[in-house]
Amino acid sequence: MELISQHAKKIMEGCKERARDNGLTFQDESLEYIVTNRDLLELSPKNMIPTLYDYWVQDVEVLKEKGRYELYPSNPYETVINTRPAISFYNDNNPDWLNVMIFYHVIGHIDFFQNNLFFRHTWDYDFASRALSDKRMIAKLRSEKGRWVDYIIEFARAIDNLVGYHQELAKFSSPQQEKTLNRLDFYFDVFLQEVKKVSVASYVNEIERFNTLLQENPKEAENQYIESVQSKYAEFESLYTKYKETKKQKKNQDIFEFLMEHSEFLNKEENRWMLMVMEAVRATSLYFQPQIRTKILNEGWASFWHEELFLKDDRINGHEIDFAVVNARVTAMPRVGLNPYALGMRLFSYIEELGNKGRISHDYKYLQDKELREKFDKETDSGRDYIFLVRENCSDSMFINTFIDQDFVDLHKLFVTGKRLNKERMTWQYYVKSRDAEQYKKMVLDSLYHPPSVEIRVTDDNSLLLEHVFEDKPLVREYIKGTMLGIEYLWGGQVFLDTSEAMMRSAKLPAQGMRRDEKPPQEIVWKRVRYRMKDKVLSRKDLN
Amino acid sequence: MIKELQAFYNRLKKQGLTPEQERVIELELKLIERYQDSGFDPQSSTRKMWQYNDLEILQNGAVMKMAYTSSQSIDDLIARDIQREKDGFPRKVRIGKMVKPSQDGDEKVVVVPTTVEEKLIHDQIRDNEEEGEGEGGSGEGEEGEVIGEQPVREEQGGQGGAGQGEGGAHETDSNAYDMGRILTEQFKLPNLKDKGKKRSLTRYTYDLTDKNRGFGQIIDKKATLRRLIETNIGLGRVQAGQQVNPNKLLISPADRVYRILSQEKDYESQAVVFFVRDYSGSMHGKPTELVVTQHVLIYSWLIYQYENQVETRFILHDTEAKEVDNFHTYYNLRVAGGTQVASAYKMVNDIVEEENLERDYNIYIFHGTDGDDWDTTGKETLPQLEKMLEYANRVGITVAENGYGISGSTEVEKYLKKSGLLDEKKDLLRLDVMKKESDESRLIEGIRKLIS
Repeated sequence: MELISQHAKKIMEGCKERARDNGLTFQDESLEYIVTNRDLLELSPKNMIPTLYDYWVQDVEVLKEKGRYELYPSNPYETVINTRPAISFYNDNNPDWLNVMIFYHVIGHIDFFQNNLFFRHTWDYDFASRALSDKRMIAKLRSEKGRWVDYIIEFARAIDNLVGYHQELAKFSSPQQEKTLNRLDFYFDVFLQEVKKVSVASYVNEIERFNTLLQENPKEAENQYIESVQSKYAEFESLYTKYKETKKQKKNQDIFEFLMEHSEFLNKEENRWMLMVMEAVRATSLYFQPQIRTKILNEGWASFWHEELFLKDDRINGHEIDFAVVNARVTAMPRVGLNPYALGMRLFSYIEELGNKGRISHDYKYLQDKELREKFDKETDSGRDYIFLVRENCSDSMFINTFIDQDFVDLHKLFVTGKRLNKERMTWQYYVKSRDAEQYKKMVLDSLYHPPSVEIRVTDDNSLLLEHVFEDKPLVREYIKGTMLGIEYLWGGQVFLDTSEAMMRSAKLPAQGMRRDEKPPQEIVWKRVRYRMKDKVLSRKDLN
Repeated sequence: MIKELQAFYNRLKKQGLTPEQERVIELELKLIERYQDSGFDPQSSTRKMWQYNDLEILQNGAVMKMAYTSSQSIDDLIARDIQREKDGFPRKVRIGKMVKPSQDGDEKVVVVPTTVEEKLIHDQIRDNEEEGEGEGGSGEGEEGEVIGEQPVREEQGGQGGAGQGEGGAHETDSNAYDMGRILTEQFKLPNLKDKGKKRSLTRYTYDLTDKNRGFGQIIDKKATLRRLIETNIGLGRVQAGQQVNPNKLLISPADRVYRILSQEKDYESQAVVFFVRDYSGSMHGKPTELVVTQHVLIYSWLIYQYENQVETRFILHDTEAKEVDNFHTYYNLRVAGGTQVASAYKMVNDIVEEENLERDYNIYIFHGTDGDDWDTTGKETLPQLEKMLEYANRVGITVAENGYGISGSTEVEKYLKKSGLLDEKKDLLRLDVMKKESDESRLIEGIRKLIS
């Protein structure tokens, strides 16, 4: 790995100047390296972070079973990494004009990394340095503890997709924690409504009673009132104490934090080194989270700007056709398939145009008349500002959910492709399944990263209970065992996992008018099951 | 085809079938309708969203197509895995999983150490196998219009999708011999006890086997003494009934017998292995994978044991048997038909007879099936099997249950047990029954059962 030539660096600096003039904001410094295939060999298993810790799995082909890991995209594999300064990687022999294009693309990414709020938690430190110190720490531990370090890495990585990424982000946007209710609020908001489940009339009566007290004696009203409550309901005080305790416990911890704080095993003196390893794995995962969740936005944004800036650049006169060829390859909509560069870029252009015509407004949204809609143009010219807002505040799912509409789908002639077996011709046929914007949106959303959400509790007998929150999706069964094995080790005791499994059942009554040889429609029946991992043995039972 | 099968089924029904048998056969017939003759599994030819990346797209990098040079050898990885087992965790490195026999018939097994990082991840519900999942698309076309076709049977090399196709796989090239060595050494598979020497090869070794009188490299004491006594009897110095005085014996120079170095023809053992696999509809998915993986492992082990002197034959069967010429086809081909084990056994017997293999080869036959057989009593299969056992060194039958029937009572298993052949010819015939969920260690355990 070596730095790019002075000549190329000068081109890069020129690109930065022009990008800044167009409103992109990013740190001055950046590092550009030439990489050989050999370098890439080492870099790619480490997600392009040169200083990432070593782990034997990086030396092995990780099996991507068909259908499985398609749903579960591997970590990002990018030319630019979100470090301070940002680092980007290049082939050795790119011509100048191509470098200009790539540099703009890279600057687009850097701008995105440093301004999109989903990266907020990565702004205050340099991940490359942090990774380096973790790598050294792990290497040192390995020299002391040997293979056990790798087991801990393995078990920690098994749960690294469950990190509390959004909790981490929430720390930045809402500094005040959810408040613990005082007695009075607890009485009205929780006790009466959830515990006593009183009728609306008696609830209003209670409020009335309190208000009367308040008018009579504003200073003492609350105390008097609570005393009356306490004498009326003997259990009130103990329930309130219990509530305060659970509130204290429920610090919104993710599974890592929970295990690290509550596992007796991990907190034994001789095992405390494991906490360091887990923290390193957790930090690495948190660092990568926003990148997986902003693929379309990030690539779209970078493509939008490389096109915009390249065509304006005075230094590349005469290479427009070369550019067109490469740009088409990058940003053409494929006939079948989903190109995040192309989709993201088009969506940004589309939003910009909406903004320029003042169409991001109530007036336009509720306009029914087709002709008026087509002509609608307030000439607000606020499109550019608006896409900067989108780049700052959106993740992929918000981007897709908010901005893909029927107009966009029609404009670019998008559709959902279906694939079916044709038995006569012995072919898989690809066909236009739907041109409906909602269907298209759903298809894109389904392909986005979405790890399961798991709630953590400790049962009375000190077992760990993980509850997989039901979202119409089962877990991949084969992986449950390996994952729970690790959690059991880290927890130091029995672990339960509650999840839902789908069973296919032929609908009992065949639909009316169905031909006899047609297959009866299948329906999904959900079943809640509990897995138990004890002494490295997995068992499973139905819950309902 | 279905009509013929249906007729065949009706014939069987007349002869009497238990409800369980009927259920299994009907299910298989249903599977036929479902899969028809769908050959290879469908593979998406389009690029998924996550397969786009800057280096490849922007910089036109051929970077993804790299041969993986692992910094750890397979031996190291396996040593690590064995240690792992001692530490009380299940093994994690798999070696037979991504075997990619080449298509051109060149018998090379590629050993790819693989592993899975298990996590809790969401799965998809697949309710309809004839319908692939939706993808994006753009351009002209009415809803419902077909915009392209992809043959179900991929032509050679027709791989698409970066990172998923052949280019993307990281391979550690190694040959089957190495894999056999690993299996034998690391997984402690037994060595073959009796290799049996049959076929001569034009290979020579030099050994002290010829005898020469008068001079030579090493004196053959026993032969020399024998000649010496002979000479002395002739001279009358040794007589029956009298004490022999060794000091009085005369020694002629010609009595000394020596061994001298000579060229010898070497006899090496050689084997032919028949891999027989059921490829009927009910084998779809996991059973096929299990059987094929196990056969690759067995093949590798034999290659090592016979020091590459192994020939292979691949036979697939549903109700009819056919021979295919390479492992790739053997691995991938899938049809949806009924099941008649006898057809395959008969084919093996015919080949052995026609080519006179028995004289020159050690013959091994490994048969993988899900245990269904429409010949429910084995009345056609068993005679063929008995014939087979007359010449075979080992017949190993693997039943990988497909999960449709009742565990532990598949047709093949039942009639084999009933026939008593398993006990009678214990040295020649072995049966291994495994569940659908079996993993690699179970496969290797199975091999041990089949070959020890």
